[in-house]
Amino acid sequence: MSTVLEKPLNFSSERRRGERRKHARAAASSATVPREDRQTVGAAVVENPRIRCTDINVHYGSKHAVKNVTLDIGQHEVMAMIGPSGCGKSTFLRCLNRMNDTIDNCRITGDIWLDGLNVNDRAIDVVPLRAKVGMVFQKPNPFPKSIYENIAFGPRIHGLARNKTDLDEIVVNSLQNAGLWQEVKDQLDQLGTSLSGGQQQRLCIARAIAVNPEVILMDEPCSALDPIATAVIENLMSELCAEYSIVIVTHSMQQAARVSHRTAYFHLGDLIEVGTTESVFMNPLHQLTEDYITGRFG
Amino acid sequence: MQIFILLFILAAMTVISFYLGRQRALTVAGGNVAALNSLPGYYGYYMALWCGIPALFILMFWLFFESAIVAGIVVTSLPDAFTTLPEQQLNLVLNEIVNLAKENISAGQVSSEITAAAQLYNQIQTVSSGLLFALVVTLGAGGAAFAWNRIHVQQRARNKVERTVLIFLMICSTIAIFTTLGIVLSVLFEAMRFFQMVPLTDFLLGLEWSPQTAIRSDQIGSSGAFGAVPLFAGTLLVSVIAMTVAAPLGLMTAIYLSEYASPAIRARSKPLLEILAGIPTVVYGFFAALTVAPLVRGWGESLGLSVSSESALAAGVVMGIMIIPFVSSLSDDAINAVPQSLRDGAYALGATQSETIKKVIIPAALPGIAGGVLLAVSRAIGETMIVVMAAGLAANLTANPLESVTTVTVQIVTLLVGDQEFDSPKTLAAFALGLVLFAVTLTLNVIALYIVRKYREQYE
Ligand SMILES: Nc1ncnc2c1ncn2[C@@H]1O[C@H](COP(=O)(O)OP(=O)(O)OP(=O)(O)O)[C@@H](O)[C@H]1O
Ligand SMILES: [Mg+2]
Repeated sequence: MSTVLEKPLNFSSERRRGERRKHARAAASSATVPREDRQTVGAAVVENPRIRCTDINVHYGSKHAVKNVTLDIGQHEVMAMIGPSGCGKSTFLRCLNRMNDTIDNCRITGDIWLDGLNVNDRAIDVVPLRAKVGMVFQKPNPFPKSIYENIAFGPRIHGLARNKTDLDEIVVNSLQNAGLWQEVKDQLDQLGTSLSGGQQQRLCIARAIAVNPEVILMDEPCSALDPIATAVIENLMSELCAEYSIVIVTHSMQQAARVSHRTAYFHLGDLIEVGTTESVFMNPLHQLTEDYITGRFG
Repeated sequence: MQIFILLFILAAMTVISFYLGRQRALTVAGGNVAALNSLPGYYGYYMALWCGIPALFILMFWLFFESAIVAGIVVTSLPDAFTTLPEQQLNLVLNEIVNLAKENISAGQVSSEITAAAQLYNQIQTVSSGLLFALVVTLGAGGAAFAWNRIHVQQRARNKVERTVLIFLMICSTIAIFTTLGIVLSVLFEAMRFFQMVPLTDFLLGLEWSPQTAIRSDQIGSSGAFGAVPLFAGTLLVSVIAMTVAAPLGLMTAIYLSEYASPAIRARSKPLLEILAGIPTVVYGFFAALTVAPLVRGWGESLGLSVSSESALAAGVVMGIMIIPFVSSLSDDAINAVPQSLRDGAYALGATQSETIKKVIIPAALPGIAGGVLLAVSRAIGETMIVVMAAGLAANLTANPLESVTTVTVQIVTLLVGDQEFDSPKTLAAFALGLVLFAVTLTLNVIALYIVRKYREQYE
């Protein structure tokens, strides 16, 4: 595991927050795109992306949950997705590793390119895809097994460890990276489900990174965590993005600003604005983005 | 017949009371329903209850004691020659009187004293039913009038009605509980009588079972043998065979239906499985005896084995088929109770569907599945009809599934079929066996329910 600790934005959160507010007031007139316009503004496409999504539409039965989204996720990048509840963030995220397959009435169209492979092609084998694109869910979902077994599950099914020592090492490393090791090192045989909600979430994060995914999707990973654990996870993300790409859904704009390089703002299924985190927060182009980050959206 | 008329009148009075009570409440309130403590309907129920319950109570009381009292009066009226008879003969005489009075026999067949007594009996009956009629109607009307007078604005009719309903429900539930208790106690006491004749250790550890005691002591087999081990072994053998069939098949069925099958297949096959559960056991029984047993015998003989025409295998296999739906539906519940988020968690790590099922879903559902299997075992142990028809009656102590064996339930049936006197060890043995059966299935059920419940707590 790399130990590069690279802060994506090099200003402290305190200063940044102050700046954002100040800027938001100043920016009231700077947003140029009116609310009615639902075309994506900003830089949705990047050079040499890790994942390239074009024209993604998701329907749940007759509900159009994600509308015509085109978005790139760069190499070594933390991409934050923000937006009001129910706007399709989780749905979009689940497209990237085909987790929507488990929902019966869900229909996805569009192309998602990852390493020359169209993720959204029904014919591809989802098993290696999901091993490559890991996911941490909105609600912690540890298996009702021991803490050790929870983490060893992934490496075992993918044959990542040649022997017990290897496996032990993976387990310990994953727990350390997720900031859980100190709390559980003496009780690895305890049930994962017996941990507290925040500990469970970190266990799930450890479980996801244990299989060495190349892209990690995180759906509000910190919504149940205290500030200290949140900081641990945020540091982990900064570390991991040296090697991997990370997509994180969050309701905390501070968190988006702290950890992400680029930010995407969703609104009722539309991708409204994408850009570097700095530009989205400092200089939103779309009126809806500005409403949301200045707290004018309910 | 008269009783039904009386009941009908009482029911009509109760219904009328309801309307009167409701009307009365409205009148008392002066049309202002809000002023009433309870809704007007409750005053109706209040009055109806006062009308119906005391009258019904007296009616039951009366009917319960009527025949004894009438009989007593008739007996005292008989000449001394009869009253000094021993009780059993006196009962016969009484029977004759009653039969004559009801015109089941004709007067020519009996003596004049009895004819006279029968006439008396009829007179008393007429008086009694007249009295009862008057009493019930008066009580009904009286109760209703009492309630009518007590209806006023502040009267808490709802509380009283609801309390009555509560008491009624409590009585219903106690009936079930006391019946169970009564059955358990009677089995227990009869079994204790058995153990006074046959020592407990002989029963539990004896290897020979031949309960047929000869009538005369000089015949062969004059003393029965009550060693129940062959029965326990037979029960165990049949149940093990049944579970070997039912547990894997049921579990696989459940896994297929809940994890792989499309909704359309699931919607069709679940009712089909439930039909399997709805087939009467006696039908399974003759299926086992007439179809499966000859098949087993045929196969066995073509392999050069000696198979008796009634075999543990045939009974066990059919019993296994019978409890497949039991195992599969309980396992299905357990598997469906595993939250989708766990499946998602495994899939997101790149687990295949079969890895997810084997390593996540089954372990998570295992306690529920185990509970279901234990319940099925207790069902198998208690099952009677199939083994009666297909497993045989001979108490063989054997582990060979091709021989005929007998089970605890089969022996209980054979011990009690036909005319019996209830003080020979032969019949009492049935109670001892019943007690053992009861203890075993109760223990299994308690363990199974405990496991299932403990498991439920995990996800809710
Ligand atoms: N399984 C489903 N079946 C039908 N509709 C669904 C399903 N899941 C989500 N939706 C609908 O799709 C829309 C987007 O849901 P999604 O979960 O992606 O929102 P979200 O942006 O993640 O919200 P939140 O921030 O509250 O998690 C919602 O309107 C929701 O009603
Ligand atoms: Mg969500």
